[in-house]
Amino acid sequence: MHCLDSYLFVSAAMFVLGLLAVVTRKNAVSILMGIELMLNAGALNFVAFSRFSTANLDGHVAALFILIIAAAEAAVALAIFLNLYRLKATSEVDKANLLRG
Amino acid sequence: MNILGEIVFWVFVLLTIGSSMVVVFHSRIIYSAFALLFTFFGIAGLYVFLAADFLAASQVLIYVGGILTLIIFGVFMTTKITTLSIPQLTHHRYIALIPIGLVFYALVHMIFKTSWPVNVLDVGPTTQMLGQLLLTKYLVPFELASVLLLAALVGAMRLARMFREAD
Amino acid sequence: MYLRQFAVGALENSNIDNIMFQLAIYILLAPLVAFTINIFWGKRYLPRGGDWISITAIWSGCAFALYMFFTKVLGNYDPNYFQSWQFDWIRWGDYQLRIGIALDNVSLIMLVVVTLVSSLIHLYSTAYMKGDPKYHRFFAFLSFFSFSMIGLVLADNLLIIFCFWELVGLSSYFLIGFWHEKDSAANAAKKAFVANRIGDVGMLIGILLVFTAMGTLNVTEVIAGVAAGKMGGMALTIAGLCLFCGAIGKSAQFPLHVWLPDAMEGPTPVSALIHAATMVAAGVYLVVRIFAILTPEASLVIAYIGGFTALFAATIAVAQYDIKRVLAYSTLSQLGYMVMALGVGSYTAGFFHLVTHAMFKACLFLGSGSVIHAMHGALHHIHSHDDAQDMRFMGGLKKYMPVTFITFLIATVSLSGVPLTSGFMSKDAILGGSLAYFMMHPQHWLLPVFGFGAAILTAFYMFRLVYMTFFGEFKSGPEAATALHESPRAMTIPLIVLGALSIFVFYSFNPFNPASGWFSTLNPQPDRAYEQLQAVAAHDTHAEAKSHDSHSKHEAVEKAEHNDSHGTVVESHGEEHGEEVHATDAGGHGGGHDVHHTAHLIAMVISIILATLGILIATMGYYWHKIDPNVWKKRLGPVYLGMYHKWWWDEIYEYTFIGGTKLTANILAWFDGAVIDGLVNFVATIGRFVSVVHGWFDLYVVDGLVNLTAWIVGIFGRFTRLFQGGQIQRYVLYTIALVAVFIILKVL
Repeated sequence: MHCLDSYLFVSAAMFVLGLLAVVTRKNAVSILMGIELMLNAGALNFVAFSRFSTANLDGHVAALFILIIAAAEAAVALAIFLNLYRLKATSEVDKANLLRG
Repeated sequence: MNILGEIVFWVFVLLTIGSSMVVVFHSRIIYSAFALLFTFFGIAGLYVFLAADFLAASQVLIYVGGILTLIIFGVFMTTKITTLSIPQLTHHRYIALIPIGLVFYALVHMIFKTSWPVNVLDVGPTTQMLGQLLLTKYLVPFELASVLLLAALVGAMRLARMFREAD
Repeated sequence: MYLRQFAVGALENSNIDNIMFQLAIYILLAPLVAFTINIFWGKRYLPRGGDWISITAIWSGCAFALYMFFTKVLGNYDPNYFQSWQFDWIRWGDYQLRIGIALDNVSLIMLVVVTLVSSLIHLYSTAYMKGDPKYHRFFAFLSFFSFSMIGLVLADNLLIIFCFWELVGLSSYFLIGFWHEKDSAANAAKKAFVANRIGDVGMLIGILLVFTAMGTLNVTEVIAGVAAGKMGGMALTIAGLCLFCGAIGKSAQFPLHVWLPDAMEGPTPVSALIHAATMVAAGVYLVVRIFAILTPEASLVIAYIGGFTALFAATIAVAQYDIKRVLAYSTLSQLGYMVMALGVGSYTAGFFHLVTHAMFKACLFLGSGSVIHAMHGALHHIHSHDDAQDMRFMGGLKKYMPVTFITFLIATVSLSGVPLTSGFMSKDAILGGSLAYFMMHPQHWLLPVFGFGAAILTAFYMFRLVYMTFFGEFKSGPEAATALHESPRAMTIPLIVLGALSIFVFYSFNPFNPASGWFSTLNPQPDRAYEQLQAVAAHDTHAEAKSHDSHSKHEAVEKAEHNDSHGTVVESHGEEHGEEVHATDAGGHGGGHDVHHTAHLIAMVISIILATLGILIATMGYYWHKIDPNVWKKRLGPVYLGMYHKWWWDEIYEYTFIGGTKLTANILAWFDGAVIDGLVNFVATIGRFVSVVHGWFDLYVVDGLVNLTAWIVGIFGRFTRLFQGGQIQRYVLYTIALVAVFIILKVL
């Protein structure tokens, strides 16, 4: 039967893939997708621990809050991307290098 | 049941990981966005296996119905037709693989080396208990989250209006 | 035993105690809420500047305080009543700082005094401050002050006491400098603040010393710690004196007394609230709280400072003409009394005098405010710019202001120590205490001399004040007299209440034996932790001597020595115990009790004689005019000048500390200008010469080096610039790499 480890493994894999997206993708929307992947990995972790390790529903609540945060974050991030697009006529983050030293 | 359940579980795992790989590696962003849809479904399926019925439903409703829609809108609004097929990876993708691979290795190592405490939760409907938790123990974070959502709503509208006014 | 059980956790207490806790919190926070509302919205949005909010807050607080007082203090009638509610404030590691509220007889009585006087003064201020452009702020600050003072009274922890102590200092700064358009008021506020800070530094050091030794600041635990011997000897003496430094500043004792008379620049209700009943009493209250940990040496210093202040301030009060300044110096003197009482170990007497003094001195200040109010109107009527507070322009006011006169007279009589008043009882107890101390330790004969000297002067200057103000002819002319009027009811009601509370019956039914009243019964002398320790040590010595009891003659001699030493220890212990045994203590303490009783009888007779004498002299001089004060001024010569000029303390401080600072600054400035600048100029001259020589060297050698350095730095910069791409993703990647390295190193 599948156990805690298998869920944790899925979650770790998703987290790392999300990280990869955040670091390597050029498009801002892709980065946002990577962040969503990482958030989902975290939520999956919470729920898995809640099921197998702590035996209470606190993990579910944490996952719910992650859901809320993700929604808020997506809304704000997309608004920012629209502005970036307007400003630089692109949605590629490596063009947004005003901090360049 | 056991064998069948096991098979379905691994199908969901493969669906999740596979579609997330598509999200990350596919060069066309619209494909990535739709692959994300399958990832979210896969996660929802895993939630079902974890006896998290309410979360599985919310996952489908909010992620698939809300966030993904937003993302796809974002893709439509910030991508010109002509740029659809440009490479979507930055030039340091190979360098990035090394530290990220290390992180993955460390995570997996920790997952399988640690002996996690075992307290198995009884399987049952969670919605009522979640509601009670949210309105008692987690009342303040819950209210704060609603304030945060409101702030995000107003902030997003303001940002979007800036965009329109500037035109 | 002073180590009482204390209840922890509000929920564990029974229902009624929970109510007590909630009431205490309400009393504490209501003025704070009133302050917040008034300071922000008082002026613009609230009718009457929001004074009714402050008044509601403090009056309801007063009602609750009275309820607590009647149920807990009079209802329980238990000298050892003690309750506290605590909660964790800060935890670090295994250390936790618990703070909370402690209620016992002392704090509840103090709470009643503070809220009662404060609420009467709120009422009084509605009339006194009427028409002031900053009316709303005045009430906001009054509320803020009440909040700080109530917090100080309720706190169970030295650190929290210190916090509220500072808040009291801050709010008194606001209130003294309320009319900050006047330079004198602004300066007085600054002076009060600075003088208080000097004392507070001492107090903070004391708190740190106590904390270092005990690891706790809870007052009860500190006392228990001293009793358990965690701190003793010199360290405890120093800690006690350092804590007392705070009291010196706040209660305006001798070296730091200069701020209090100047603080009379504030509005008169403020003088009554801060400088009679509450803030200055805070110092005494602190000494009452830490009484049990004071060592005999520390107590002696305290007694001398208090006694000296009592006499010294009384001599100044004799020669002042400003009605509020006379009262201010009188306050100094009475505070000196309280401190002296605590120093000589008359705990109950000192605290008793604090309470009675709060009542009649508040009455006197409010009465003087009423007089000033009337004089102001009168002088304004004739367009005179004379000082409305100068007694030389007053006289005969009893005809115009009967209520003020009668209440003022009652309070004066009380302050002078005439029988049947509260002041008589408390002052007599103090004088008896100092006399008993003298009988035990004849070398300290100066203490009762201070006390009795101040007593006669008190009677004299207070009746001088009354005669100059209320008797004789009105000295600003008949036209001004037409404008004189009794003050409005909001001002006379507090006077009547406070005047009534100056009568003996509220404190003890027997006017000549305060010890039989509830006050003395409920506030017995706490055992000094230091002495408990000594007693234990003596006991140990004794036991050791017994165990040494053996056959050898040598050891027998040793035993005799042991017994000797034991005997002396017990004797001195008994002696010290005796000096503190209060008359209420039901016998059993041998000689000490008798001495105390005798001392009280003698003190009572002497103090009545002295009060009569002082009143008689004042009457001869200022009523019957049998003695011409001016002749005596000449006869006394320099002594009178000294009194008139407050013994030049302000000037001394001006020349020593302030002048010294300025002189040091000037010397340093001269040194800087002449020596250092001269050196610099000299060096510059040399440098100019040398620089010419080095010019060419610079051009060829140094520049080359500099350019080389710049080149190296440039290379390095170009290298590091590679990492600063301005792309968040790169930064994230670097972070991940670092995290990965750390994980690999630490975990795997």
